[in-house]
Amino acid sequence: MENKYVLENVCYTVTDPKSGEKREILHDISLLIPDRQVLTITGPSGSGKSSLLFLLNLMRDATGGRILLDGHDIRSLNVLELRRKVGMVFQRPYMFKGSVEYNVLLGPNLRGARPDRTTDELLQMVGLDPHMLQQEATSLSGGEQQRVTLARTLANEPEILLLDEVTASLDHASALYIESLIARLNREHGMTIIWVTHDLGQARRAGHRRLEMVEGRIVGEEVLR
Amino acid sequence: MSYMSLLWALSFVLVAVVISFKENLGLERDLLIGTVRAFVQLMVIGYVLKIIFDLEKWPYTVLMLLFMVLVAARNAEKRGRSIQHVFPVLLLAIGAGEFVTLSMMLGLRIIPFQPKYVIPISGMIIGNAMVASALTLNRIQAEIESRREEILVLLALGATARQASGSSLQATLKSALIPTVDSMKTVGLVQLPGMMTGLIIGGTSPVEAVKYQVLVMFMLTAAVALTSMVVGFFAYRKFFTPRHQLIV
Repeated sequence: MENKYVLENVCYTVTDPKSGEKREILHDISLLIPDRQVLTITGPSGSGKSSLLFLLNLMRDATGGRILLDGHDIRSLNVLELRRKVGMVFQRPYMFKGSVEYNVLLGPNLRGARPDRTTDELLQMVGLDPHMLQQEATSLSGGEQQRVTLARTLANEPEILLLDEVTASLDHASALYIESLIARLNREHGMTIIWVTHDLGQARRAGHRRLEMVEGRIVGEEVLR
Repeated sequence: MSYMSLLWALSFVLVAVVISFKENLGLERDLLIGTVRAFVQLMVIGYVLKIIFDLEKWPYTVLMLLFMVLVAARNAEKRGRSIQHVFPVLLLAIGAGEFVTLSMMLGLRIIPFQPKYVIPISGMIIGNAMVASALTLNRIQAEIESRREEILVLLALGATARQASGSSLQATLKSALIPTVDSMKTVGLVQLPGMMTGLIIGGTSPVEAVKYQVLVMFMLTAAVALTSMVVGFFAYRKFFTPRHQLIV
């Protein structure tokens, strides 16, 4: 199976702007992420899971090593195009004031494009009724908002999804629903998914493979399927 | 006006100092230093202006304007310590605000190029531009920090740094322009502006004084808006890398 991402000895160190003190967040990470698979990453808070995601769509620059996407060093790619191709969803669903439609079309609108899928299709992909398009997005429930953020990310037609604790702020039923949606995106649309979660059960249910991180290092790996 | 009248006025400040001392308010030091500073600065500037006005030579007027812009930029820089290399931008922004508005007034023959017109009007333009730049610098960091989540979501969707910081910039410029817009709303109703007051005391008819004041207010608004925009458009970049990554 082809690798989507290849990480070679990736390090990430931050420097405190005031004290000048350096802190190592990620230490010498080497990793292959196969195409069309779900990779889950677990570990205690502060273990560098989210930082790793931020390096994969260049929201941060790795300070050592290199990251290849489809065989190309990501630093050589157009960053805006990269972020369209690699969608990211955060823990808290952030809604912009305005309709659900406005929120869903934000990504394509930012670059003056039209999405390949209609907004109806996008909402259906995340299990929302297309009648909701004109509703005020900020008035939706947490679970619905998180589904809108997924639809918003999907409007950019990404090949890869980076998920940062996307069910952590939701109730159990909503969390399970999102989990099933993501499994379907992988199964039916062949999306590569890299999913950071602190929920071990979820990581095992959802992933083809699970990595355990502690203090910026990969300390364990489990093949699940 | 005689120096005796100035001494009389000074004695009133001394009354305030004595009250502060007796009531243990701790204002004596600030009051005295402020009074002495203002007196010396204004006396010096009074004589410098007298010399420049008497000379009526344009290079001296231009030099005086440059000096004013320089001092204003230095002063505004203190508010933007956390933003690197901000001084040249302030110099450019305040200078541009002054240059554009002054050129317009001269070009349209609203005022003649004489130091007694150019310097006081420039003083008002530069002073207001200074306050607006300082407010812009002060505000932009707070706005970007408080909208971090929104900015990250936008960047992750493929927004440029400019697109992602749009609402922060808008809020910053709005708050930088508040003092100017507010003073336009209440001008004449609450207080008579300094320039108009001066002209009326100097014997100009109130209608003529108002004309000058309106002119100056329009110019101030234009200069303040222009300066804040230049500072804002520069300052937001300092929170992003060329790869559209948020630094804070």
